[in-house]
Amino acid sequence: MTESARDGEYDDWLDAIADGGGYYLECGNGHGWLPPRRVCPKCGDRDLAEEPLPDGGEIASHTTITVPTPQFEDDAPYVTAVVDFGPVSATGMVRGVDPEDVAIGSVVGVEVGERETTGDRAVVFRPR
Amino acid sequence: MSDPRIAGAGVTKFGEHPERTGRDLFAEAGLEALDASGVDRGDVDALYYGNFMGELAEHQGHQGPLMAETIGLEAPATRFEAACASAGAAVREAVTTLRNGEAEVIVVGGAERMTNIGTAAATDALAIAADDLFEVRAGMTFPGAYALMARSYFDQYGGTHEDLAHVAVKNHEHALVNDHAQIQKEIAVEDALEAPTIASPLGLYDSCPITDGAAAAVLTTAEYAAEHDLDAPVAITGTGQGGDNLALQDRPHLAQTPAADKAAEEAYGDAGVGPDDVDVAEVHDCFTIAEVLATESLGFFERGEGITAAREGITDRRGELPVNLSGGLKAKGHPVGATGVAQLATLAWLLDGSHPRADDVSDATVGVAHNAGGTVASTTVHVLEVAE
Repeated sequence: MTESARDGEYDDWLDAIADGGGYYLECGNGHGWLPPRRVCPKCGDRDLAEEPLPDGGEIASHTTITVPTPQFEDDAPYVTAVVDFGPVSATGMVRGVDPEDVAIGSVVGVEVGERETTGDRAVVFRPR
Repeated sequence: MSDPRIAGAGVTKFGEHPERTGRDLFAEAGLEALDASGVDRGDVDALYYGNFMGELAEHQGHQGPLMAETIGLEAPATRFEAACASAGAAVREAVTTLRNGEAEVIVVGGAERMTNIGTAAATDALAIAADDLFEVRAGMTFPGAYALMARSYFDQYGGTHEDLAHVAVKNHEHALVNDHAQIQKEIAVEDALEAPTIASPLGLYDSCPITDGAAAAVLTTAEYAAEHDLDAPVAITGTGQGGDNLALQDRPHLAQTPAADKAAEEAYGDAGVGPDDVDVAEVHDCFTIAEVLATESLGFFERGEGITAAREGITDRRGELPVNLSGGLKAKGHPVGATGVAQLATLAWLLDGSHPRADDVSDATVGVAHNAGGTVASTTVHVLEVAE
C-alpha cells in the first residue's frame, strides 16, 4: 500500500489546530484566509503572516446532512456549519450538541476530529 | 459584427437513461440541432461543449473531439468545464468568437451522464465542484451547501421553507406540458413540506433530480443566416460572466450571489436592456433557494423580496414575470453539463413561439438565461431578443 501524500500546508494547519495552535493567514490589508494561500485573493498582497485563530467563533449557518457522500456514509446524519471567527471563517462538522439545538450565533471552538466512515481527519466544532 | 443568431436547437428527453451513453445522448441533441438549423455540417467552424463529471461517470475525458465526431463534425472541438455552468461558459465563448469574426457557425452543447453511477456516487461527483480541502472534507454536499445558503437567507431576510415549497410547486406545474422534462408530475405545497429531508432545511422537493441528458444549439452570425436564408429569428444580444471565491466560507455573505450580480450587470449592459425589459427567464434552480437568489441577482427583486415571488404568483406562468417555464432544473432535470444550452433552447423556443409554454408569453421579446456553477462561484447570464 502506498500512503497518500500529505496535502502540504493544509495538513500543517490541521496539525496546528490539533496541537492547540490554530492560525490563519492575514495580508497587509487585514484580510484573513485559511492556508494554503500564497496571495490574498481580495487585494493581491503576497505578504501573508500567520496570526492566531480566535478561540471561539459564531455559527454563521448550519445544516444537518442526511444524504451524504460515500465518504461520510456512517457519519450521517451530521451537522456541517460555516463558523465566523472574525477575521476568517471555517467549515466543519459540529459535534457535542444535538443537531436540533445547533443555532446561528452559537459560539463554538475548533478542533481536529475523525470521520466515522473513513477515519480521515476532519475539522470539528464543539460548543464553548 | 451583429449579434449571433440561434439557428436551431435540440434537447433530449431529460431523465434516467442508464442504458444510453453520453455520446449517444449528445448525438441525438446535436443532430437534432443541426437538422433544425439548416446549416451544412461542413460550415461548422467549431464545437464548444460542456461537461462536468465525464471522467467519474463514464471514465471519459477529452470529450470535445469525441462529441464532434459523434455528430459528424470535423471541426475543432473544446470542452468547457465550469461545474453546472459548463454549457453557459461554452455559449459565452461561442458568442464572443462569432462576434469577433473568427467563426461563422459554432455548435454549442453539452451532455451529462449521471444516473448510471447511483445517488451516492453522483452526490460525491457533484460535491467536487466545492472546495475539496475546506468543504468536501467537512462533509459538504451540494444540497448541504445550498441548505447553508437557505438558512442564512432566512436568518438575514426572513422567509420559510413553505415559501421555497411554492417555487417547487410552480416549476413542477410548468413542466407538465414539457415532454423533455424528467418529472411531469404536479405537486402540492404539502408534498414538498412533507418530503424527506436531504440537508435541513431542504427536502427532496427542494432539490433537482439526478439526470441524464444532452442539449445542443447551432449559433451563427446574422450575416450567415441571411446569406443562407436560415430561419433564425432569435439573437443573443448580451453575454456576461461572473466569478466568486470557490468556498462559501470565504465570501462576505452566504445569502447573496455576487457572481450572478456581475454576470447580469455585464449581460444587461452588453444588450442595452435592464431587468424591467425582461419578459421571461430561465434561471438555475438546482435548489429552490437558488431560484430565489438568482432572481434577486438578476434585478427582478430587491434582496429579501424574491423569496415570496412564487407564493405571490409573480414568477408563475400567469404572472408578471414567468420564471422557468420549462419546469426549471427542479422538474425538467439537470444533466449538469447540458443545462446552460437547454436553457438557451427553451428561451429560443419560447421567443419564436414553438415551445409548449409559448402561449404563456406570446408577446415576449426579451428572455434571460442564468446558469450557475457550484455554489455560484461561476455564473453566466445571456440575454436573448427577438431580432426579426
